[in-house]
Amino acid sequence: MDLIEGHAPLAPSDDIPVLDIDPYDEAVLADPFPYYAQLREAGPVVFIPRYEVLAVGRYEETKATFSDHENFVSSRGIGFNDFKLEKPWRPPSIILEADPPDHTKTRRVMSKALSPKVVRGLMDDFRSTAEEVVDGLLERSEIEGVVDLAEAFPTRVFPRAVGMRDVHARHLVDYGAIVFNAVGPDNALRRAAMARAPEVSAWINAACARDRLTGEGLGALLYEAADAGEITAEEAAMLVRSFLSAGVDTTVTGIGNALWCFSQNPGQWEALKADPSLARPAFEEVLRVTSPVHTFLRTANVDTEIAGHPVPESAKVLCVLGAANMDPDKWGDPEAFRIDRRPVGHMAFGAGIHGCVGQNIARGELEALLTVMADKVARIEPAGEAVWRPNNAIRALDRLPLKLIPK
Amino acid sequence: MKVTYIQPDGSEQTVEAKPGDSVMQAAIAANVPGIVAECGGSMACATCHVYVDDAWASRTGTRSESEEDMLDCAMSEMKASSRLSCQLRLTDEMDGLTVHIPEEQF
Ligand code: HEM
Ligand code: FES
Repeated sequence: MDLIEGHAPLAPSDDIPVLDIDPYDEAVLADPFPYYAQLREAGPVVFIPRYEVLAVGRYEETKATFSDHENFVSSRGIGFNDFKLEKPWRPPSIILEADPPDHTKTRRVMSKALSPKVVRGLMDDFRSTAEEVVDGLLERSEIEGVVDLAEAFPTRVFPRAVGMRDVHARHLVDYGAIVFNAVGPDNALRRAAMARAPEVSAWINAACARDRLTGEGLGALLYEAADAGEITAEEAAMLVRSFLSAGVDTTVTGIGNALWCFSQNPGQWEALKADPSLARPAFEEVLRVTSPVHTFLRTANVDTEIAGHPVPESAKVLCVLGAANMDPDKWGDPEAFRIDRRPVGHMAFGAGIHGCVGQNIARGELEALLTVMADKVARIEPAGEAVWRPNNAIRALDRLPLKLIPK
Repeated sequence: MKVTYIQPDGSEQTVEAKPGDSVMQAAIAANVPGIVAECGGSMACATCHVYVDDAWASRTGTRSESEEDMLDCAMSEMKASSRLSCQLRLTDEMDGLTVHIPEEQF
């Protein structure tokens, strides 16, 4: 069989509307909102001829498809490649790219290692590091929000939380970006990522070994689970790799996007300063309006359906989380950034059995940083144009020039 | 049908719900404080933890193994009566259900 983008060709049922655009065009990735609207308006599920895939973007169908792990599996890859038909570029993740019962076992170990209780123990370090980083920046007239803050904070606290002996901030941030570009089609972004992958992956894999970790951190918890026989030592190393691929670039993106939201909505910054207990709900709203993970895929593992339309086995389905998080039928006024919205049920962390297992730590990091900033920063003002960095799965800023005005 | 939420300080709030809703959804719809439900029901946050009132224990069913694993991760102590309210679906027999909200959720 000749594969299309690493998956089986798809002749969709006639009743499925066609949306003839390239969602991975760099101009679309830079400003996806018109595409999100087109996708939702076209129908509950659409066919994208360029890649021979289906796509969902309305809230209900996106949530239903993304969380239906029985019909729409993850083990065949959450990108364009169908792992059943083509060899993946790296050994698949044993959590993200696995189905039950294998997934159940690794998920249990990861949930424990990233539990609310564990995160509580990390909060003091998150808070004191946030103070150091923010104090340093307040002395400067202008900052570059991405490097100076969004990357600086997680690359300090997260490797320490994991217990890494080796820290290479650039590789840590870039590994995530590579993994996320790899889930896209074979475009320039993916090819550039694949060219850098060997060097960065080699460093990452070496850094996951037990002797490269302290006995204290989250990594050690995974190796302890291996000692207890819950997983093997090789599996523990693979799960440490999952921390590093899914836990750095994502939070970097979350922080950058939060700074962007507040720089664009000064009234909401005033609201946060007036009531810093809104730091956590504010991050939920940042996640909803910016969807740091904009799209992941699923693969139909049986002949099934979406909203009554037939979907054949092997079909790849784009689950456009960014579009679901902007669906007016779900949110009423999706464009408005309101930190007290409490958008329970947003799709930024996914839903169902694969729902982000690191969400508690991501929330802990953002709560610490936003609370410290609400205490010290009077205003967050743009100091130049914000530029988005196209990525096949992540919507992140490339540059964010800002002025932080101290209180 | 109705569900009553009792806060750690003893104050009570009774809300309207329908069969098929989860106890978490009913609380979110009525803005009941203390049911944070950050993950929206994916069993990934344990911030929707409740204690089922003893009088209702026999009507709320049993918790699954994965629910139990997650409860074990919750901030407040897991007890025999602990449930994740996102996993607790209302049925007709549960009209009047009373649950207690723990001290802390995160
Ligand atoms: C703002 C930050 C983050 C965002 C937006 C995010 C987003 C997501 C999404 C959308 C999924 C679902 C994937 C799917 O269903 O296919 C997911 C899963 C996952 N995330 Fe996160 N994530 C973030 C932070 C983190 C952190 C800090 C960690 C690690 C400490 C992490 C580790 C994981 C892992 C291991 C999975 C796979 C879970 C599974 O398949 O059961 N994430 N994340
Ligand atoms: S809402 Fe997150 S576990 Fe129930």
